Amino acid sequence: MSDIRCRELCKTFRQGEERITGLDRVSIDIDSGEFLCLSGPSGSGKTTLLNALGGLDRPDSGSITFGGRRIDCLPRGELADLRLREIGFVFQAYNLVPVLSARENIEFVMQVQGVPAAERHRRSLAILAEVGLEGLADRRPPAMSGGQQQRVAVARAIVSRPRLVLADEPTANLDSHSATRLMALFQTLNREHGVTFVMATHDPRVMAFAARRVSMEDGRIVADRVQEPCAPEPA
Amino acid sequence: MMRIATSLRLLPSLLTLAWRNLWRNHRRTLVMLSAIALGVWAMIFMTAMMRGMIDQMVQNGLATLPGHAQIHHPDFVRDPSVVNRFAEPGGELLAALEQPPVTAWAARLRVPAVVASEYASRGVTLLGVDPAAEAALGSLPGELVAGRALQGPADAGVVLGESLAQRLETAVGRRVVLMSQDPDNDVADRGARVVGIYRGRLEGDEERFAYTGRDSLQALLGVEGEVTEAAMNGPDYRRVVAWLPDIRRAAGASLSVQPWQTLNPFLASMLGLQDGYALVFMLVVFLVLSFGLVNTLVMAVFERTRELGLIQALGMRPGLILLLILMESLWLLLLGLALGNALALATLWPLRDGLDLSAVAAGLEMMAMGTTLYPLLELSDMAMASAVVVGLGLLASLLPAWRASRLAPVVALARD
Ligand SMILES: Nc1ncnc2c1ncn2[C@@H]1O[C@H](COP(=O)(O)OP(=O)(O)OP(=O)(O)O)[C@@H](O)[C@H]1O
Ligand SMILES: [Mg+2]
Repeated sequence: MSDIRCRELCKTFRQGEERITGLDRVSIDIDSGEFLCLSGPSGSGKTTLLNALGGLDRPDSGSITFGGRRIDCLPRGELADLRLREIGFVFQAYNLVPVLSARENIEFVMQVQGVPAAERHRRSLAILAEVGLEGLADRRPPAMSGGQQQRVAVARAIVSRPRLVLADEPTANLDSHSATRLMALFQTLNREHGVTFVMATHDPRVMAFAARRVSMEDGRIVADRVQEPCAPEPA
Repeated sequence: MMRIATSLRLLPSLLTLAWRNLWRNHRRTLVMLSAIALGVWAMIFMTAMMRGMIDQMVQNGLATLPGHAQIHHPDFVRDPSVVNRFAEPGGELLAALEQPPVTAWAARLRVPAVVASEYASRGVTLLGVDPAAEAALGSLPGELVAGRALQGPADAGVVLGESLAQRLETAVGRRVVLMSQDPDNDVADRGARVVGIYRGRLEGDEERFAYTGRDSLQALLGVEGEVTEAAMNGPDYRRVVAWLPDIRRAAGASLSVQPWQTLNPFLASMLGLQDGYALVFMLVVFLVLSFGLVNTLVMAVFERTRELGLIQALGMRPGLILLLILMESLWLLLLGLALGNALALATLWPLRDGLDLSAVAAGLEMMAMGTTLYPLLELSDMAMASAVVVGLGLLASLLPAWRASRLAPVVALARD
């Protein structure tokens, strides 16, 4: 059975008199451990779909099941708990709390989860090493490059082993080298830990890494194909 | 329950996060901090001043009343003349007055009289006193500017106030005529030598009160062994009612024993209202502060809308976000309180020996105050100011904090 099932998701936004289609009867199944990329022109509904999957926004109609549990109409607090334990987010930019250091940003989520301090410390340092940022643990975001910040965000997203990582244009602010490194990291985590990745992107470099590519237009899925992902470059 | 436990567990890190957030905008935080500190300072400083003022009004009032409680003939209050007199305390009453908690007492003859010199005459309240007993009570004018004090109850000389002496154009060593009514409404008068001139605690007293020996005044009015008033002090004017019943019992039904609160209801109500005044004053100051505080928080939340969306996306419940903003407010309030209290102590300390107000004495005179103001700092006032600031401050912060927690994460995240 699929880990995530979306059925007939609809979402319209109102902007004054205007009604804008965000999602138009979107149905999609995503299996555990998939590495999936959403592509499509600007305004096609990629972000709207990611937000619905992560419980940040509610669809107007349709259903979302996550691990067999309906999540489309959970109250805000329970959605927050769901995100806390099962879903990691990586956004395009400004992913980190600027007054917390890299390590504190990572530990913050574990702290909310109730992980004991010693364990938090160990895990945050380990995950920073895994994303190649050992030595930057005590830097605050303003003193890090965009690529470093994104890797901290990834580290934070995966540190508590979520089932699903949602990434919205994670490479949009990165140079080509950092973008490739980030994707290689995603791929490794996906393969080694079995974390499901769903990414929205315009970036062909990102699409090339994906094993499944879903194209959207005007809030609808217009193509859904499996492809051979490119291998991570040797670092 | 789980959620409360979570919040408690997260409190230390929320406090850290809140603390760092506070210093993201140094200038705004410092401005708000100064405002709170200044407000708290005003609350404590002004309350201490007000309490000092009222305490002194009461003390001065009691010194001219005088005493914490008085014994009279039951009709004396209605008709304060020599007609309503009673025998000098003896027996059981004397015993009660001679032992604690009474610290001092004096019996006196207090009558309306006229003092006349060769140039002018004035109506006064003439007090026939036992100087030693009155001195213990603190009811005699403190400062003699000329001549000598009365030497005993038998002293036939008269002590006048400085401004009265000026109006009568008399001086130490000169003679004046004392005129009053005896119990049969006949005029009793005699000549008396001015032996001393005093300066009153309050300028008005100088023209109102003239002093002579008790025995000599009794002789003039033909009321030997009788007085119109006995006054007494206890250890604390605020606690008179505690021991007064014992005196009443000793005095018996034929005498009226009244605490100063009954004799001077105005003073009593001043004292009774001062807690209320202090609270109202603090609330007004707080009200002004709260606008700044709420504005600061609204700005802080507005500037960080995106970040608040982010931490919601990371799984922080709305309740924790509310708590986070409240913690920021708490830091601000606590820091402001500490500074304000320190400032208040620092400014009140140099004034512990009193603040000389003689430059504006004429105005204060009307309020029955002396010319030196001793601020009265009470711990309960500092506690009240702190409670008002923290309690109401957090309450006022609830609105911006609640709004922050209600932000829809998508909308917040969409903002750059
Ligand atoms: N909060 C909102 N209010 C109004 N309209 C919105 C809102 N969010 C999204 N939309 C609209 O919904 C449509 C889908 O937006 P969405 O952000 O999902 O597109 P996208 O595929 O992520 O685009 P991009 O590639 O530019 O990020 C767009 O037309 C957008 O303008
Ligand atoms: Mg988008």
